[in-house]
Amino acid sequence: MVELFPLRLWRRLLALPNTSRLKAIIVVLLVSSICAVFVSVTAVVLRPFHQANLEAARQAHIETLLQSIPGADSRGDDSAAPSVSTVLVDLVTGSIVEGLDPLGYDQRAAAADFTTSIAIPDEADIAGIGRRAKHAPVHFIRRRSELELVILPVRGAGYQSMLYGYLALKPDLKSVAALTFYEQAETPGLGDRITDPAWLSKWPGTRIADEEGNLRIAVAQGQTKRSYEVDGISGATRTGNGVTNLLRFWLGDLGFGPFLKRLAAGEIKP
Amino acid sequence: MIRYRTLLFGPIVDSNPITLQILGICSALAVTTSVATALTMGASLTIVLMISNGIISLVRNHLPASVRLIVQITIVASLVIVLDQLLNAYAYEISQRLSIFVGLIVTNCLVLGRIETFAMRNPPWPSMVDGLGNGLGYSAVLLVVGSVREFFGAGSFLGVKIFVFQPLSVLLLAPSAFFILGFLVWFIRKIKPAQVERNEFHASVPTREGGM
Repeated sequence: MVELFPLRLWRRLLALPNTSRLKAIIVVLLVSSICAVFVSVTAVVLRPFHQANLEAARQAHIETLLQSIPGADSRGDDSAAPSVSTVLVDLVTGSIVEGLDPLGYDQRAAAADFTTSIAIPDEADIAGIGRRAKHAPVHFIRRRSELELVILPVRGAGYQSMLYGYLALKPDLKSVAALTFYEQAETPGLGDRITDPAWLSKWPGTRIADEEGNLRIAVAQGQTKRSYEVDGISGATRTGNGVTNLLRFWLGDLGFGPFLKRLAAGEIKP
Repeated sequence: MIRYRTLLFGPIVDSNPITLQILGICSALAVTTSVATALTMGASLTIVLMISNGIISLVRNHLPASVRLIVQITIVASLVIVLDQLLNAYAYEISQRLSIFVGLIVTNCLVLGRIETFAMRNPPWPSMVDGLGNGLGYSAVLLVVGSVREFFGAGSFLGVKIFVFQPLSVLLLAPSAFFILGFLVWFIRKIKPAQVERNEFHASVPTREGGM
């Protein structure tokens, strides 16, 4: 009789009239739990595939970033093929960290881990990222042993999503060579135009700071007047502000600032 | 047997959800810039519509009136999320191009329309056939509009360049989808005059006495 008990309960539930409040609550509870389990199981099972796709998209973005830079196309000339080397940088001291594999370093996991990241004080957290990993990978692109590009990973809050991208600097470290975003979920048709090649192609040549060294790089609202601004996207002001803030954060003192200073002073050999 | 046949094939032309009922227009305009996206969207909607019609029909007698819509939307939304995740995992490229429109199947009037008008009143099996038929009708329209737009707008079909001419890139913009859809509706109603709606009102004939 005991095992029949749930069945009898179930029958009694079904026999309740559809106007019953108890039945409404039970049906909603059942439906929402079944749906929740269904959705979560799918999400967990498919996560490795998503990660692989995102990783592939990230790799593809580094490649398009390299191709978007004038003269970096190496087809047909092997001696001019760019070579990539990656180092891990301690963001506080700006020095290169030895003894850790820079390619195996997962900046996102490190930022989420309390032992490998630091909290950013609210007033300094213009990029809206909360925590920042202590280290960050930096890629150097060389051709014929000449330093051609320094590629920095950047991220920050846009209007409704976290923007992940790469900023490539010219060897003088004073102007942008290229910018790209490989992961974002901004409003389709408005904010997501930050991934539009036409908009990204406005970045090369943009200066980072003025003569006094103040960071001035920005997405302009209205007309661009200065050489450190890029036209904003109409209808995506807040995404544009997000881009401005994340660039200033990562080029600033809490970001790659110390490293870039030491690199420019020649204290670090790339 | 006859009934299943009308359920399945009726919605393809005779009672097409887009051209006759004018439902689900917004996604039909947005994802028809190429045949590949149109087909993916059509297949996604067909699957969601079929399964949700089946599930809702199974529980239709035990849906308390006060929470009926909430339960329906929850079920449809779960199916849509799972489908979106599957596309994201196995067809990343195309899911990026469809962006939010797979997610927006939840709000597609076609889905809720079929659930409310058909699945709530019929047993599961006919409901699933009805979902399949309406999904196919939706897909057929998307395919036609998508083919026209890709062929004349980009000079290709399914991404394969067909012949060389100056493509009319205006066809890739959303307003032109309105025109193509409009012509399609006109064409179908020309062949099948039974689909032409009667005027809902007539202008009164002015009379000499009552005139202002």
